[in-house]
Amino acid sequence: MTEVSTPTGPAIVVKGVSKRFGDLEVLHGIDLRIDRGTTTCLIGPSGSGKSTLLRCIAFLEEATAGTILVDGAPLGFTEGPDGARTRLPAPSIRAVRAKIGMVFQQFNLWPHMTALGNVCEALRTVRRLPRKEAEERGMAQLRKVGLENRAGHYPSQLSGGQQQRVAIARALALEPEILLFDEPTSSLDPELTGEVLNVMRALAEDGMSMVVVTHEIGFAATVGRHIAFLDHGRVLLDGPPEEVFGAPRHPRLEQFLETYLDRGAATLV
Amino acid sequence: MTPRLFELMLWAAGATVLISAVSILIGLAIGFLVCAARVSRTRWLSTPAAVFVSFFRGVPLLVQLLLIYNLLPGFGLYVPSVVAAIAGLSLCTAAYQAENLRGGFMSVPKGLLEAADMVGLSPWQQMRRIRAPIALRLTLPALINEAILILKASSLISVVGVVELTRMAQNLAASTYRPLLFYSVAGGLYLVINWLVAGGGSLAERMLKKERA
Ligand SMILES: Nc1ncnc2c1ncn2[C@@H]1O[C@H](COP(=O)(O)OP(=O)(O)OP(=O)(O)O)[C@@H](O)[C@H]1O
Ligand SMILES: [Mg+2]
Repeated sequence: MTEVSTPTGPAIVVKGVSKRFGDLEVLHGIDLRIDRGTTTCLIGPSGSGKSTLLRCIAFLEEATAGTILVDGAPLGFTEGPDGARTRLPAPSIRAVRAKIGMVFQQFNLWPHMTALGNVCEALRTVRRLPRKEAEERGMAQLRKVGLENRAGHYPSQLSGGQQQRVAIARALALEPEILLFDEPTSSLDPELTGEVLNVMRALAEDGMSMVVVTHEIGFAATVGRHIAFLDHGRVLLDGPPEEVFGAPRHPRLEQFLETYLDRGAATLV
Repeated sequence: MTPRLFELMLWAAGATVLISAVSILIGLAIGFLVCAARVSRTRWLSTPAAVFVSFFRGVPLLVQLLLIYNLLPGFGLYVPSVVAAIAGLSLCTAAYQAENLRGGFMSVPKGLLEAADMVGLSPWQQMRRIRAPIALRLTLPALINEAILILKASSLISVVGVVELTRMAQNLAASTYRPLLFYSVAGGLYLVINWLVAGGGSLAERMLKKERA
């Protein structure tokens, strides 16, 4: 069994992962290593497969080939040397997945629960903690994202930036080892992105292992210890930001920075 | 109208409210099950549920009531007519409520359930904590509407011999030769009841409003 955690190894290893939707193959044999305690940023043009890759790592999508190891343990499937895949039993999937938290572009807060209710839900329902203890832990997470004074607010009473910070607190409540972010600031007004990026920056400094799909190239270049540039379902470039963004730049990356980002972003990094 | 006769009318109005309320609640419970069966991927569940819905929505309630009332003894079930009446009303409203709930469940954004997946809520826990509460909130206006429809439709259960508000008005109108008086009082009582139900509904919606802002 590979259940033994290997605290020194990589947090996540993606090996030869492919994903097809019907006839459309969206990911073609992705290899990626996410080191523990660091932030990896996935960048790339729209439709290049960033969300799909992240969702495969979260097991919200099932990869059609390849393996994903979380803390050394296979997620969802094991693959034999002949490529035959065996689906793992549900408890194993749940156990491996419990190490992963996710933050979505659309926040996905539960609208009928307060901020604190959202954060405490899994502590109460899944972990079965008594109310008092769950709420203490929930408040501690809200404090971490600077929202302890909004605990009783419903999501609709919060700004987009506040909602996303609640969503981060909710993901943190279960103390995951790895946090995944899919364009966490893309649905926010520009003046609200800062507060979310600051929370993420603080998490990175705390040594959280994070995988961030983002169009915030400035964030990727300063917080990301590792940049992966996806293009048409392949990892085209993979390395530290100095290397990926430094000259000479790959022509596809140059084109991406010019085409997809605000004018001037290419000169930012 | 003597106080004694008015008291009888009030008693009959109470019967109407009680029978309707019980039917709505039983109908909601059955509606949940039918809705769950209808969206199930198992044909053995979804097909009967679809047949159930189209039957009870397609056949007039009056015919349903007469069918149930006359069918039950055939199965050796000699039930009081009030039970047959509640069965008929419940099954009829269940079909409509199942469809309302289905709409509500389909409007729950998928992302909310993915977020629940990510924190480890089981499918049943997601149903109990996320899907059902949100679907119920979305269907609340339709539920209030359905309650008012059933309150009015309950006047039909007199055909199986249950004395409720309409039947009482008929009886008293016949014995006192004052139809206009008793039918006006009955109409007024229906109006007050439904006004209260609608008022309760908007109150509940207003209380839920702060969630939606
Ligand atoms: N559920 C699905 N069914 C079919 N095709 C899908 C599905 N999800 C994604 N795709 C396709 O897969 C490709 C990659 O999509 P993906 O969302 O991963 O891209 P992305 O890099 O995240 O893009 P963006 O920057 O726009 O978010 C696209 O062509 C998309 O249309
Ligand atoms: Mg995407």
